[in-house]
Amino acid sequence: MKTAKKNTSVFVQMYQLMKKIRITEEAIANRYSQWKMRCPTHLCSGQEAVAAAVGTILRKDDFVVSMHRAHGHYLGKGGNLKKMLAEIHGKAGGCSGGKGGSMHLTDKSVNFMGSTAIVGGTIPIGVGLGLSIKLGKSNQVSVVFLGDGATEEGVFYESVNFAAVKKLPVLFICENNLYSVYSPLSVRQPVGRKISEMVNSIGIESEHGDGNNAGEVYDKIRRAVDAIRKDGLPRFLEFATYRWREHCGPNFDNDIGYRTEEEFESWKRRDPIVLFEEKLLTDKAISKKMIEKIEADIQKEVDEAFDYAASSDFPADADAFDGLYKN
Amino acid sequence: MTTFAEAITDGYTQAMEMDKSVICFGLGIDDPKGIFGTTLGLKEKFGEERVFDVPTSENALTGIGIGASLNGIRPVMSHQRLDFFLLAMDQLVNNAAKWHYMFGSQSSVPITIRLIVGRGWGQGPTHSQNLQAWFAHVPGLKVVMPSMAADAKGLLLSSIFDDNPVVFIEHRWLHNLKGDVPAGDYRVPIGKAQRLRKGSDISIVAFSYMTIEALHAIEVLEKQGISCDLIDLRSISPIDWEMIFESVKKTGRLIALDTGPEICSVAGEIVAQVSMECFDVLKQAPQRLALPQFPTPTSLALTKVFYKKAEDIIELAGKMLEKDIDLKSFQRSKDFLHDVPGDWFKGPF
Ligand SMILES: Cc1ncc(C[n+]2csc(CCOP(=O)(O)OP(=O)(O)O)c2C)c(N)n1
Ligand SMILES: [Mg+2]
Repeated sequence: MKTAKKNTSVFVQMYQLMKKIRITEEAIANRYSQWKMRCPTHLCSGQEAVAAAVGTILRKDDFVVSMHRAHGHYLGKGGNLKKMLAEIHGKAGGCSGGKGGSMHLTDKSVNFMGSTAIVGGTIPIGVGLGLSIKLGKSNQVSVVFLGDGATEEGVFYESVNFAAVKKLPVLFICENNLYSVYSPLSVRQPVGRKISEMVNSIGIESEHGDGNNAGEVYDKIRRAVDAIRKDGLPRFLEFATYRWREHCGPNFDNDIGYRTEEEFESWKRRDPIVLFEEKLLTDKAISKKMIEKIEADIQKEVDEAFDYAASSDFPADADAFDGLYKN
Repeated sequence: MTTFAEAITDGYTQAMEMDKSVICFGLGIDDPKGIFGTTLGLKEKFGEERVFDVPTSENALTGIGIGASLNGIRPVMSHQRLDFFLLAMDQLVNNAAKWHYMFGSQSSVPITIRLIVGRGWGQGPTHSQNLQAWFAHVPGLKVVMPSMAADAKGLLLSSIFDDNPVVFIEHRWLHNLKGDVPAGDYRVPIGKAQRLRKGSDISIVAFSYMTIEALHAIEVLEKQGISCDLIDLRSISPIDWEMIFESVKKTGRLIALDTGPEICSVAGEIVAQVSMECFDVLKQAPQRLALPQFPTPTSLALTKVFYKKAEDIIELAGKMLEKDIDLKSFQRSKDFLHDVPGDWFKGPF
């Protein structure tokens, strides 16, 4: 009874995070055509469950690294929304001082250590953070977010192997959304491969899950994180999910022909937020009224963050030539 | 008139029609966008055995291209950003560049690697690097950086049919530029520059996108009585030293332009060689204009001061010739911001 109750409030918290990520991403999409956010931007609408679950479960001192599609991971981990939007607007008050843009986010105050835009680039970084945890003998966890495409880079295998052989407290989370840009899995990996099974045979306990089923996502990540804290061994989770919008940019792109409208619709019918909402309503963990309030509060927060981003200053010219080295 | 991007497609088509051993692959080569339009229709024309999409595995695929080339295949690999190709530096430098030399000239590596350099719309630190000097620095590689549509086709064909590894670098901002492109098997020799403007006061040596900025600058300079010799290098390894020296011997002044960071740059090498070979005729110290020694920032505000443009060339030339230049006569259509080459470009990639 006690755990059920605890789960309920945790689920509401996770639901709020999912909503926050969705509303932020959709607000970016809606405003992108004002041409004020002048950087490549990879939105994660449709993939919110995994980011929100990680954010709900991790402690503030746990580490996260991520990839080009990082807004959700950043916000999930508790990254500052105003600073993220200011960064995407190229402002001095952005989380990377305007140097990085949407593809290079960081919020050191919550140990979101960095997201970068070279596929696979942060996988070994997360493993290195894991090594530092082991050396420091703390029970933190280092989480590495990656896509299905990143599992094709050599550095992925090298990193997973090292985490396994050195027994490092790293949680790899692969969001398998079936595509790398417009290239389907079928031209990149053998038919029938399960990434999680492959990693299992490399020597890391792995599991596969439905990335749009928020409850399942929560349970699997909860168990993995608890286990890592206990035994310090790496874990790998693969979640099936789907990005709704174009690979990079604000639009939908089902019309250009690399995926079908039916496929898109079938995933959209399994909107992780709607599914979770239905579950929480059925379980009476949440009411329609609460949902309305959550939405209104987040909308207000997002609007305020956009106002902050739009009204804050651009960096001074001299900033371009500052910060190359630590003094 | 053909765009630079269409000229690339034309080059591919010509090569693949002439020689069955030419194949091409790269991430997104057959997707609906066709690598900024440069590979559209190739799969339909030549089939999926010769034109194929690949896993996100740059290093392995470079090695695989090298291996295939050892047995008579001529692979053309493409990367949507030079930055992504950095994962494959090992195969390029340790294998491709060395194979012919280190095995006593018994086999060579006829591969072509297309790399696209991004700029603007917040491409930032990992999507806009101009690292041509890295490649030019490695013995055993050839490196070309065309700026004109015709040269894009002519050099692509020469690269594909060269028996050595060629790194073919395209600046994203050139893809929409139009020019007359000869039909058929048109080749531009690797290692030969082209004089685009004839003049007597100053030699400007440029390549890739900086050639375009130089052309804008020269329009202003000529009006104000400064006569410029403009050499578009087209190849940066090997470099057409003869044409550069001949020009500097005539003008006695040099500005070398570069799209990359200035330290150890191609422009730096040109300044060095000119100083050694043309010392006696130099009227003043040779100059270079390149990027500052910093990563590319992302913010619109920061890229404004980061890149070098026609105005900087004009100012430097004026200073060298001790002439006050009236920059007000410099009118470029400016109904778009500095981080795009024209209003056709809205990012996001
Ligand atoms: C090394 C490298 N190669 C290629 C790219 C171009 N690129 C950017 S995002 C991306 C897709 C990667 O797919 P995945 O890892 O599945 O992530 P998703 O975009 O689906 O979230 C690619 C190929 C890159 N950024 N870095
Ligand atoms: Mg993917």
